[in-house]
Amino acid sequence: MSMLKVKNLNKAFSAGGMFKALAKDKRAVIDTSFDLVASETLAIVGESGSGKSTTARLAMRLLPSDSGRIYWAGDDVTDLGARALRERRSHIQMVFQDPFASLNPRMKIWESVAEGLRVHRPELSKSQRRERVAETLQQCGLDDSGMDRYPHQFSGGQRQRIGIARALIVEPKVLVLDEPVSALDVSVQAQVLNLLKEIQKERNLAYLFISHDLSVVRHIADRVSVMFAGRVVEHGSVTDVFENSSHPYTRALLDARPISHPDERRSDDPVVVVGEGMAESGCAYQPRCSFRQQACASFDGELNKEGCACLYPLSKHG
Amino acid sequence: MLEVTNLSLSVSIQGERVNAVSGVSLKLEPGRVLGLVGESGCGKSLTAQSILRLGEYQGVEKVSGDIQLNGKSLFDMADEELRTVRGGKLAMVFQEPMTALNPVFSIGSQITEVITLHLDLNPQQARDRAISLLEDVGMQDAELLLKQYPDALSGGMRQRVLIAMAMAADPDYIIADEPTTALDVSVQKRIIALLLELQKRRNLGLLLVTHDFGLVAEMCDDVAVMYAGQIVESGSVFEIFNHPSHPYTRALMGCRPEVSESGKALPVIEGQVPPPGHWPAGCHFAERCPLADDACHAPVAADAWQEESHITRCLHVGEGK
Repeated sequence: MSMLKVKNLNKAFSAGGMFKALAKDKRAVIDTSFDLVASETLAIVGESGSGKSTTARLAMRLLPSDSGRIYWAGDDVTDLGARALRERRSHIQMVFQDPFASLNPRMKIWESVAEGLRVHRPELSKSQRRERVAETLQQCGLDDSGMDRYPHQFSGGQRQRIGIARALIVEPKVLVLDEPVSALDVSVQAQVLNLLKEIQKERNLAYLFISHDLSVVRHIADRVSVMFAGRVVEHGSVTDVFENSSHPYTRALLDARPISHPDERRSDDPVVVVGEGMAESGCAYQPRCSFRQQACASFDGELNKEGCACLYPLSKHG
Repeated sequence: MLEVTNLSLSVSIQGERVNAVSGVSLKLEPGRVLGLVGESGCGKSLTAQSILRLGEYQGVEKVSGDIQLNGKSLFDMADEELRTVRGGKLAMVFQEPMTALNPVFSIGSQITEVITLHLDLNPQQARDRAISLLEDVGMQDAELLLKQYPDALSGGMRQRVLIAMAMAADPDYIIADEPTTALDVSVQKRIIALLLELQKRRNLGLLLVTHDFGLVAEMCDDVAVMYAGQIVESGSVFEIFNHPSHPYTRALMGCRPEVSESGKALPVIEGQVPPPGHWPAGCHFAERCPLADDACHAPVAADAWQEESHITRCLHVGEGK
């Protein structure tokens, strides 16, 4: 069953500033669609400014979209008013990259974690809330002895566990994870990734996983959407996208991954010659693409049947 | 040669002085790239900053040990001499390209400041040198760039500017503290290529401080792995990747998602890194180590075990998997 679905989302940010009339709006998200079912992880990957975080915020209705529809558990929530939306917020919760920034430094851990309960389960008493917090913290691998402490008394990995507990306490069906392990050390990252997988299995959660780290994505995701300049340029199963990528940008991203052993060093590094920037019209990837042809200048960026937005997909020319 | 010998450093935590780096020794030769790798809080950045004696401004104190540049101790140097060494012979590239540049000065004035501080050049010559440095790090329209301010540049461009500034006085050694962490992967790859190209062309000694084994695999000739203030293992990059022998090195390399089997849980290291002030009396890793026995917990455990140039601080080298 579809837990989170977005259709043809668009969002532009006005350039603003003193010369507003002269500046062009920045199109942050263009015609983006995806559908996420229970127990599944969809990753959105791309470089900074690709629109991946904006897409997540639109899907959560933290930002108003310019056009397109948003469905939570099959219901259209695009035009829901503030009060109706608040009641449904427990459906979809978010885990941030920097849990320290999202925890109030003056609130005890248990109070921060319990916040969602005050809105969504007002009937619970204080002791019931404390009990729920203790249970959830435990599921996230923290014992309840830390409940009355403050955020600064925890390590980065522990804070991320607290951030996850805080999202889980209202029993959501969807978690939006925005670079949840990017700020963590490798050994802590492994612990948190394992925890996320366990929780997903236990609760049949759907994950929308925003990341720039392709190794992490390969490990945790079932499907991937690759974004570039506000558009999804390729999507498919993790195996398809990683082993049989068709879009030149996806291939470049994969090639830019750090190697895992010094034996893999290459002296003729092909990525170095790739340009920067993006085109204003036609395929945005043109200036960096070594396969571009004349027709790319007027390409509308639509995904083909195989889920690739390219006129000359790589798999076709081997 | 740049040589750190048995360096111990202390920091102040809640009014108490505790050791944060303990007995670290490193050797960096011109033309070599040495990776100092470890997780947050292991003391790698403190060690790197202390090589330029920058830690002193943040309350870091030397407890024991020495740092020598071409046989001369940096601790014996007067402030004036230290200033010519810093940025002159030893330069630093920091992690955060966004904060390392001053937003209210143009790129040109920031680069020429470094140039004129170390080289006896008139303003025109300094400007010419700034342009050639920027071209060296792959920036186009260098003349135009001199007039621009940091906020007009992308993260990757700022990091190139910082590398150009580090190269200003033709240093012999560069210390790069997580130079690519804040950048996108594609940009990261280009900055790596640039650093390596400069390093080879100018025969630099490069100390790369990082948490990322991928970066080590890509760039380094030699590696030193740090854990809780100590170097636990060091050797050539191929030795360390092919035959990691400290249990911590092995565990750390094993929990990377890129080398794990997909579909399975990632291997983890149980527990947490003990913070400075809470280090065990014996081996610092003993509490989390699958091979640890009584001897490991005893004080003064873990003398270095050595085979040719591969050093491991462990009593159980060769045991376990």
